Amino acid sequence: MSWLTPDINFKIISPELIILIVALLVLILEPLLKGRSKNILPHISWIGVALALVSVITLWNREELGFNQMFILDNFSCFFKIIFLSGTLLVILSSISYLKEEKIFHGEYFSLILFATFGMMLMASSLNLIVIFLGLEIMSLCLYILAGFRRYDLKSNESSMKYFLIGAFASGFLLYGIAMLYGATNSTNLKEILIFTQGFENPLFLFIGLGLILVGLGFKIASFPFHMWVPDVYEGAPTPITAFISSGPKAAGFSALLRILLFAFGSLHIDWSFVLWILAVLTMSFGNVIALSQTNIKRLLAYSSIAHAGYVLVALVAGGDSGISSAMFYLLAYTFMNIGAFIIIIFLGEKKVNLDDYSGLVTKYPILGITLALFMFSLAGFPPTSGFMAKFYVFSSAIKSGYTGLAIIGVLNSFVSVYYYLRVVVIMFMRAPVDEVQKVPIPFFLGLALLFSVWGTLHLGILPQSFLTLAQNSIFSPF
Amino acid sequence: MVPLSYYLFLSGLIFSIGVLGFLIRRNLLVMFMCIELMLNGVNLFLVTFAKKFSSLDGQIFVFLIMTVAAAEAAVGLAIIIAFFRNKKSANVDDLNLMKW
Repeated sequence: MSWLTPDINFKIISPELIILIVALLVLILEPLLKGRSKNILPHISWIGVALALVSVITLWNREELGFNQMFILDNFSCFFKIIFLSGTLLVILSSISYLKEEKIFHGEYFSLILFATFGMMLMASSLNLIVIFLGLEIMSLCLYILAGFRRYDLKSNESSMKYFLIGAFASGFLLYGIAMLYGATNSTNLKEILIFTQGFENPLFLFIGLGLILVGLGFKIASFPFHMWVPDVYEGAPTPITAFISSGPKAAGFSALLRILLFAFGSLHIDWSFVLWILAVLTMSFGNVIALSQTNIKRLLAYSSIAHAGYVLVALVAGGDSGISSAMFYLLAYTFMNIGAFIIIIFLGEKKVNLDDYSGLVTKYPILGITLALFMFSLAGFPPTSGFMAKFYVFSSAIKSGYTGLAIIGVLNSFVSVYYYLRVVVIMFMRAPVDEVQKVPIPFFLGLALLFSVWGTLHLGILPQSFLTLAQNSIFSPF
Repeated sequence: MVPLSYYLFLSGLIFSIGVLGFLIRRNLLVMFMCIELMLNGVNLFLVTFAKKFSSLDGQIFVFLIMTVAAAEAAVGLAIIIAFFRNKKSANVDDLNLMKW
């Protein structure tokens, strides 16, 4: 047995370190500050996130390994960190006014969000299954607490309880899968697993292990047979957390899945793509069909997020360079448009979540009505929004790899989805307002977050080339 | 020397008992214990292979899993308490507020 010298490289984990330090700082300051001075906590948090975003951008185009090949810095991980950090930034900015209104303004909220972001970043940039698992758990444990953050509300309790039970159950499967891969290959390092899978001999353990990992991560990304927690958790959790769960953790799950499937198991693409083909079709169809009959907007967006996971799975099935880059572009576009839609729900509050409450929204709040319509068009995939470009790249990558049937099913599915997205728009524009409640001004930071997501949605739709080039430059290559 | 397959079989058995218990039992605490049982099944699997390969990776992973399980226990019990305070029940069938 050889002794390994500690291989510590603080430079490559600087975004993670910033997030971690800010999270701890918020946690320490929370009991020290009294009364109104607590108002600085969200500002410390979002400034920290912005700093981390800057540090990710400075680390662009560098490829380094650290911590005994457990941690990797490459453009792939940087791109995903940009997705997570912009999602976190939007959520923190938009939840300030919400928390005050719901009387749950506590500093832990922000530090838990930051810890969850830390976990996601760890997942995206690790080359070792152990670290992927640890990142996943750091993320999930924070999310379980956050989902139940309105702890006097029974719905929130229930949502958190369901999320916890299902999440812990799923991580058991993920762990058994990792253990089996370890048993089959004598390593938890993805690079060594890659070398092993390129050989001729693939024991049964390898495939069972991969299947179990698919189950475990399938719960996190909410793909078809493992999706049943999604609507309940989304409905009961505080709305900013719903927005957070639907963007970041899903992208993190996909980043781990991309690394495991297309990097370590890239040479066995024929073996697993068939399973994923079926999962993609079922996920898309199920999410879209059930969403048709929803009357609660949070549940509607929950089913729509299941459907969107299906579209990303299409890109995974396609594989190859264009598959990876289109999946990444899709997740970035989805983060902006989905959190954008949720920001308006956050503003309207926890009591107005039925679709009927949105009737005549545009006469009362013209800006909110028009932006929500924009996000709905984007989610449905109309040009010139990001949703259209993202779907276009995903389906064209599927056609390029010869999965024309899958692309056709995907397009048909997005036709189905137009119905329920446009129903929201119709209710907002065509019906008269129901109640005459006093109009409240839009809080500054929520407006800022809204502006940021509108910018993201339109920029990715009209000028997709800049970000698409970034995504194409961030594909990992086997070493 | 007990053959390796015995340990693997036992680990699969513990894991399956955990899965079945999670699916069948209705008490939140028992379901929670079943999840711990699943994790311990995994631990046995990892230790077996660490012994076979005489490598440390598996054993260190076991320690990390134990740590995560402890953190999970803390969070899980807190959530159960929060639920119990509002509903005065620890039965999973009482999680029935939201249905599609």
